[in-house]
Amino acid sequence: MDRTWVLAEQRDGVPAGIVLELLTAARGFGGAVEVVTWGPSSAGAAAVLGRYGATKVYDVGDIGESLPGPRVAAALAAQVSGGNRPDAILIGATHDGRDIAARLSVRLDLPVLTNVVGIDASGGRPTSEHAIFGGSTLLRAEFTDGIPGLFVIQAKSFVAEPAETSDPAGQRSPEIVAIDTPETGASDAARIVARHEEERSGPKLDEAAVVVSGGRGLGSPGNYALITELAQLLNGAPGASRAIVDAGWVPYAFQVGQTGKTVKPMVYIACGISGATLHMVGMKDAQNIIAINKDPQAPIFSIADLGVVGDLTKVIPKLIEAIKARR
Amino acid sequence: MNVAVCVKQIPDTADPPALDPQDHTLVREGKLIMDESDGYGVEMGLQLVEADGGGEVSLLSMAPNGERSGLRNALAVGAAKAILVSDPVLAGSDALGTAKVLAAAIRRLGPDLVLAGTESSDGYTGTTPVQVAELLDWPSVSFAKHIEISDGLLRVQRQTEAGYEEVSCPLPAVVTVTAGVVEPRYPSFKGLAAAKSKPVEELTVADLGLDPSQVGFAGARQQVISVEASEARKAGEIVVDAGDAHERVIRFLEQLKIL
Ligand SMILES: Cc1cc2nc3c(=O)[nH]c(=O)nc-3n(C[C@H](O)[C@H](O)[C@H](O)COP(=O)(O)OP(=O)(O)OC[C@H]3O[C@@H](n4cnc5c(N)ncnc54)[C@H](O)[C@@H]3O)c2cc1C
Ligand SMILES: Nc1ncnc2c1ncn2[C@@H]1O[C@H](COP(=O)(O)O)[C@@H](O)[C@H]1O
Repeated sequence: MDRTWVLAEQRDGVPAGIVLELLTAARGFGGAVEVVTWGPSSAGAAAVLGRYGATKVYDVGDIGESLPGPRVAAALAAQVSGGNRPDAILIGATHDGRDIAARLSVRLDLPVLTNVVGIDASGGRPTSEHAIFGGSTLLRAEFTDGIPGLFVIQAKSFVAEPAETSDPAGQRSPEIVAIDTPETGASDAARIVARHEEERSGPKLDEAAVVVSGGRGLGSPGNYALITELAQLLNGAPGASRAIVDAGWVPYAFQVGQTGKTVKPMVYIACGISGATLHMVGMKDAQNIIAINKDPQAPIFSIADLGVVGDLTKVIPKLIEAIKARR
Repeated sequence: MNVAVCVKQIPDTADPPALDPQDHTLVREGKLIMDESDGYGVEMGLQLVEADGGGEVSLLSMAPNGERSGLRNALAVGAAKAILVSDPVLAGSDALGTAKVLAAAIRRLGPDLVLAGTESSDGYTGTTPVQVAELLDWPSVSFAKHIEISDGLLRVQRQTEAGYEEVSCPLPAVVTVTAGVVEPRYPSFKGLAAAKSKPVEELTVADLGLDPSQVGFAGARQQVISVEASEARKAGEIVVDAGDAHERVIRFLEQLKIL
């Protein structure tokens, strides 16, 4: 592979964690690694992108209050149609990433491989890996036609590592190239009128060494306080199954699983979570798993290193007291 | 206002899923059910039409073997009619092929708003609806957790990784809804009986004027190379709580130097 592009979504002016993971993967493909980014301050993000191996940054620029989907896809498609054609484009499976991938695939009339958890480019042509049926089965796929290959990749599929560099300053500044966005027309008519961030304290869910998650087995929203307290005592982050996110007990930012966050902490403590396949794909690669569930048949026990069959409303308060007593 | 809701009919999620050993597609033989994720779109569509005071909800589904069992509940709760696209050449379609079919059917229907799920429960590519929007040159808002319409303008709360955005968007548009956007209603016996006489128009790829090479296996331009069992994580120690299981958890955390 001669050239791979990575879509670099930013959060508050820095590349999102998944971007660094994708850059690390792309470096392993052997060819040049370039990124496409957008936002008001691309120059600020460029230094970090360079440290992870990007040699060139294509900058779509500030997209104002537009949603990224139509704009970024149009800018990318114009490059590719104009002959600037990488072998593969790696896109993180974020909300905006998925929208961009969808619109780009239509503009280029190319298929997309989604839910990718690994890529092997050793054969010269990239093949993708997909964890299906809750991770019990690994499927490999490839494109039969068309370049670039569009891949939408799950978070935490690769471990982010900065590039080795012989440069003593440890810095390589990538070249920044501004690219044009062609007319997007009606497809770009949506406008973001306000942005709301849900407050969270403590370590980030997808970075914490300890994650304590609660599910429907908590019985009532009030019992989520047990999860938050235990997480706090262990310097961890509280998480949740989708069941209690859908029920409105906790915000979506807490969700672990296929359609939430992928976590790989040192310890994952699942409390009152049955272990549906769509939950397990998001946490099965934790180094250690502890499950507390009153149903001995709960599927979560099949992957737990330590399974406690019991009532969480009894076990967790005692656990909290015992930890407090050690201080 | 007329709303079209994309509903995917999928194998019952209670049954263990399987891949066809020959072509590696999901086995879709037998009775299909409506994807639970699409029940939210149906309910949202009904509520928006009710609030508007006019128009109707139409269902749109692409499924094998003329399957309609997954449409029945949605017709029973209030959808007025359905378009079902079913054609043997559609076997093996990927998200883009599916989007081309859905977009062609939407052109025929001419709705003001298209609702779909953020991702399906069987394939969860999550790209189909936004591909539909791009094919139609319409705006789209994905991951809606709240939708209102006033003066012909959509007001959507769009879930983000860190919170949510408020998005305003003119019609026509495609909106994908998350679970929990609204609470779906249950069909009544009367509704189920009435559903039997509601019109379901069945169309083929030719009826939609699509080139068969754009859909199905031919259009997908991707192939499965291998399918194998992953190295499974094994179950470890199980303790049944007799009032002291928390002590075992403490020791486990101590070994890991978390405590
Ligand atoms: C397209 C799609 C995407 C999805 N994505 C996700 C995702 O990203 N993440 C996710 O989590 N889910 C996801 N789901 C939902 C998933 O399929 C399950 O429905 C969900 O994970 C179940 O949550 P739960 O384990 O909390 O609830 P349940 O399955 O209801 O389990 C509750 C558990 O609590 C136990 N329990 C009850 N009372 C007690 C008690 N007092 N003490 C101890 N244990 C008790 C019960 O034995 C049971 O095992 C998705 C579904 C779809 C269709
Ligand atoms: N065959 C289909 N028929 C009708 N709607 C579909 C079909 N496939 C996907 N959709 C819609 O697109 C959404 C996302 O599906 P997917 O891209 O498969 O994850 C679903 O929730 C449906 O609303």
